[in-house]
Amino acid sequence: MAKLASALVSRLVIIIPYAWLLFFFLIPFFIVFRISLSQTAVAMPPYMPVFDLAGGLSGIMEKLGEFSLDNYVWLTEDVLYFNAYVSSVVIAAISTFLTLLIGYPIAYGMAKAPRSLRPTLLMMVILPFWTSFLIRVYAWIAILKPEGLLNQFLSAVGLIDQPLIILNTNAAIYIGIVYSYLPFMVLPIYSALEKMDHSLTEAAQDLGCTPAAAFWRVTFPLSLPGVVAGCLLVFIPAVGEFVIPDLLGGSETLMIGKTLWSEFNSNRDWPVSSAVAIILLMILVIPIVYFQNIQAKADDEGR
Amino acid sequence: MKSLGSIRRSFAPWADPASKPFISVKNVTKKFGDFTAVDDLSLNIYTREFFALLGASGCGKSTLLRMLAGFEQPTSGEIILDGQSLAGIPPYRRPVNMMFQSYALFPHMTVENNVAFGLKQDGMPKADIAERVAQMLKLVKLEKFAKRKPHHLSGGQRQRVALARSLAKRPKVLLLDEPLGALDKKLREETQFELMDLQQELGLTFVVVTHDQEEAMTMADRIAVMSHGKVVQVATPAEIYEAPNSRFVADFIGDVNIFDGKVISAEDGYIRVETTGGIPVRMASPDKPGNGATAAVAIRPEKIRIGRQPPAHAPVNAAEGEIWDIGYLGDMTVFHIRLKDGKVIKASSLNAVRAVEDPLGYDQQVWISFGEDAGVVLKD
Ligand SMILES: Nc1ncnc2c1ncn2[C@@H]1O[C@H](COP(=O)(O)OP(=O)(O)O)[C@@H](O)[C@H]1O
Ligand SMILES: [Mg+2]
Repeated sequence: MAKLASALVSRLVIIIPYAWLLFFFLIPFFIVFRISLSQTAVAMPPYMPVFDLAGGLSGIMEKLGEFSLDNYVWLTEDVLYFNAYVSSVVIAAISTFLTLLIGYPIAYGMAKAPRSLRPTLLMMVILPFWTSFLIRVYAWIAILKPEGLLNQFLSAVGLIDQPLIILNTNAAIYIGIVYSYLPFMVLPIYSALEKMDHSLTEAAQDLGCTPAAAFWRVTFPLSLPGVVAGCLLVFIPAVGEFVIPDLLGGSETLMIGKTLWSEFNSNRDWPVSSAVAIILLMILVIPIVYFQNIQAKADDEGR
Repeated sequence: MKSLGSIRRSFAPWADPASKPFISVKNVTKKFGDFTAVDDLSLNIYTREFFALLGASGCGKSTLLRMLAGFEQPTSGEIILDGQSLAGIPPYRRPVNMMFQSYALFPHMTVENNVAFGLKQDGMPKADIAERVAQMLKLVKLEKFAKRKPHHLSGGQRQRVALARSLAKRPKVLLLDEPLGALDKKLREETQFELMDLQQELGLTFVVVTHDQEEAMTMADRIAVMSHGKVVQVATPAEIYEAPNSRFVADFIGDVNIFDGKVISAEDGYIRVETTGGIPVRMASPDKPGNGATAAVAIRPEKIRIGRQPPAHAPVNAAEGEIWDIGYLGDMTVFHIRLKDGKVIKASSLNAVRAVEDPLGYDQQVWISFGEDAGVVLKD
């Protein structure tokens, strides 16, 4: 009896993550996908066809026939969408790279700090999360605007006599993304560096590497899994980012998150915005799966 | 191989005042905060010597080795290698290589890339690297594993990759930190002899750290016994075993019986000691301690004879006792014999014949005895 119960419990434990994926990923995905194949309608919900069981099986089959890829075709016809995707990916890529440039040295410094200091440093990296994301982004407006803190400081020091225009430019978006997503870069890199055996860099130096050469030939390659994880954790949300470009970016900044938001709210075009979302997902998922395949192959070769 | 043995036997540059040491450790002290890991230590190591640093865990062996490699700087004192002070020379410019206790193999590189690592760093031409790597892998018998990553190797194979990698640059000195510590006993014993052959073949100077006295005795030309950051004795394995200079060394290396007592007289190379158990002992001793001084006589178990009758020289160098414990080890048998005063003596005898008539048994009354050259008089 006890055996049966424990078998049941272990089953349950395995089921939980699958159930989670099913309810919070797969089902919503199919709902969005289904809407992306529909047409707009001036109704509630604002798309058709809407299924109801009253029509019986033949009714459902008939309505299935109304599904079409029109929305996807529409997306390819208007260059605005293409540009928004490209510019989102470019902005996200540049931001990810900048985050890596800033995040890696921070993670490295943390991993090399005395053991007793590390929890404090870790806390300091996580601390900003305790304030609302939105408030932190608004705070950047106060810092970056022409009469903001940054310009006041720079002109007080005498470095500038005209205020720098940063707010409502792409530079402000980079600053916002780098600032907001920095911990997602730092933490995986730190964890990769921290568990690395220190004697490996000593061995590299013993074999003739200067500390810099030892870093590039041993430390950095071994931290790559952390770097990849950090880059994905920054890049993926950054591509679809809406709040930062909306608050910090200019009106000419094109990002797919903003496009999606206006399709959904201003145009009330659920089917097209769903199609936008599905394409965004494809753009993100395909490279990740590809990367993971390469990784798995590289691991196999070692055998 | 036979001729090698005889060269080996006559290899004793430390005994020759004209020969210059290759490595000189001069009054080196290393402190970590208040803690002194290496304490005013001096040593000389000679070219082509197989030198072992032996001591209990935590006595500062690795710290000394790391100072030779350049990973730690002496707090005071100096290390000279081949006539040149190593002070301020970083690890990557020292003509020494180290085999790490954890092996420290690069997990993201194949076996051959691990071995080639130092050669690539030196900018050696590709063809030469390939040749040297092949040669090294052959040396450690890992040709078949060149393309594997370290985590797909067994412990013994990893140990050999580490060895090949540290030898690839042909260092003048190879430092080995517990090189066999992670291997099981049988593999360890085999590898000891392989290491010795390798050192002979390549004509290198090896400095090996170990806490295993048997390992040190087997491999080394000379052993430095360390305790609390100091060297207690530096000598050949035979000298360390047969003529330990202190109670610590006698106790640390192998089994020993120590008789404490007082000096009665000392004349012409022998001293007489009355032990606390009342045994009159006469023992060879180059020193002449004053009468009444405390003295300790150390005698190894295999140098103690056991008999049913008192020896001719009794009561000198002899005592009566009772067999208390018998440990049969196959090649020999270890007896624990309890003397009249309660002191337990260890004596061992070789099982040279398969079946002994009337073997010694438990609780039998026996006599133990030893010769006048059987033991040493310890200074402290
Ligand atoms: N970097 C360090 N900081 C502080 N103490 C150390 C450091 N390295 C070694 N020690 C201490 O020095 C002593 C000797 O260490 P070690 O040389 O590694 O001993 P072993 O003889 O076992 O190789 C140990 O007590 C160790 O705790
Ligand atoms: Mg050690």
